[in-house]
Amino acid sequence: MAKIPLVFKVNGEQQEILVQPYQTLLSALRDELRLTGTKEGCSNGNCGACTVIVNGRTADSCLVLAAEANGAEVTTVEGLSQNGQLHPVQKAFMKYGALQCGFCTPGFLLSAKYLLDSNPNPTEHEIRLAIAGNLCRCTGYDKIVRAIQAVAQAEV
Amino acid sequence: MRLFEFAAPKSLEEAYKILSRADADVRALAGGTDLIDQVHQGRRKPSIVMDIKGIPEMKRLAFDREGLHIGAGASCTDIYNFPPVKKNYISIAESAALVGSVQIQNRAGIGGNICNAAPSADTAPSLIVHNARVVIAGPKGQRVLPIEQFFLGPGQNAMAKDEILLGIVVPPPPASSASHYLRFIPREEMDIAVAGVASMVVIDPKSKVCKTARIALASVAPTPVRAKDAEAVLEGHVINEALIREAGEKAINAAKPITDVRGSIEYRKELVKVLTRRTLTKCLETLGNR
Ligand SMILES: Cc1cc2nc3c(=O)[nH]c(=O)nc-3n(C[C@H](O)[C@H](O)[C@H](O)COP(=O)(O)OP(=O)(O)OC[C@H]3O[C@@H](n4cnc5c(N)ncnc54)[C@H](O)[C@@H]3O)c2cc1C
Ligand code: FES
Ligand code: FES
Repeated sequence: MAKIPLVFKVNGEQQEILVQPYQTLLSALRDELRLTGTKEGCSNGNCGACTVIVNGRTADSCLVLAAEANGAEVTTVEGLSQNGQLHPVQKAFMKYGALQCGFCTPGFLLSAKYLLDSNPNPTEHEIRLAIAGNLCRCTGYDKIVRAIQAVAQAEV
Repeated sequence: MRLFEFAAPKSLEEAYKILSRADADVRALAGGTDLIDQVHQGRRKPSIVMDIKGIPEMKRLAFDREGLHIGAGASCTDIYNFPPVKKNYISIAESAALVGSVQIQNRAGIGGNICNAAPSADTAPSLIVHNARVVIAGPKGQRVLPIEQFFLGPGQNAMAKDEILLGIVVPPPPASSASHYLRFIPREEMDIAVAGVASMVVIDPKSKVCKTARIALASVAPTPVRAKDAEAVLEGHVINEALIREAGEKAINAAKPITDVRGSIEYRKELVKVLTRRTLTKCLETLGNR
């Protein structure tokens, strides 16, 4: 089957690659662009380890075809820091110990950024709903919630 | 992942051409939150996956004299954030906000939810109580069906192989009406409904008599179903606590559930009863607060 051209912006940088029609965005990011910060957990939309931002909205990249991203702007965890400065959610996750193995962290960071961009002062319930599509086997979620609250309260 | 070709038509005409290809098994792709995994698992084997989101008509969201127009490619997030939906179609907004996670809602739409035709589809009962119509299109033209005729069985809808869903039209809600949807899952989010109930009531503001009641159930039959016996209990009466209880009991008549890992037959029937009562009570509360 013929590969198809994919022209899109990833973390602000224009990319032109060839993808298989059946290749997922997750695979294009990891296997073609070598952006391995985006993780593959379940491959079926349940764990959120593959969360990226596509045209301003979070998506599970395992459920998006690479070809669907033609013309899109994609942000991965690699694109969160600006000018060598970690994003406030990244700083908060470090300060509050919101990770152990770290496998789920890129997804949580993007879900947290997406929440705070539209709702800078979420309640604990709103935070928990916003990260319901991200699973963590290690932390028990509490420290993740505290870290996101800390960003909202500008304590980082 | 299985092999298939990818197509992204930019117009309906282009889409119809692809659908007319005799050699191809074409599957429309909306949010992909059902389809990608189905293809992955080999449960669907399309030769062409056709992304419909680039077709302007598919992204339509509008509210006019005819009612609410929901394009088949509009996402749940787009839909529940659309002010006329929040205001006039509460049940539809509530059910769209229940589908999966934030990430899922950002891609998945009501169109994909009903085309997939799972008995548990959360948006189906809400569309039924709101009397929605589906607009189906293909190379041979367009046709409109009442939503209740769209569901044929688990995973089966009323569209032919060369047809696609264009959108959903929901009539303006009657004056002095309210609707709500509730489902039961073992946790707060990210699970499939053990049972779900949508209710819509129209109450005469002066006499308080219930002019119309519509109740629909999810996850308790091969397709979403209307609970007509329960509706009959309410219509023509002033709804009170006793009638709400009776409607709950009667709603069970429409439920033909199965026992599976999520719940037994008895449990699902009990849920139908309780959720019917709760949605009706919420409808009356909403009307009282207006
Ligand atoms: C983690 C997770 C949680 C979920 N939680 C819920 C939940 O709580 N409640 C719920 O109801 N569902 C849930 N789902 C299922 C799914 O997200 C929904 O059914 C969703 O609404 C499907 O919409 P979509 O746009 O992604 O459809 P797609 O996957 O794009 O399509 C679904 C099916 O419909 C067909 N189709 C789509 N659009 C058209 C069209 N225009 N014309 C013809 N055929 C078309 C496709 O070919 C496919 O067969 C969940 C899924 C996941 C992965
Ligand atoms: S890998 Fe995509 S949601 Fe788990
Ligand atoms: S830190 Fe290990 S899965 Fe979350």
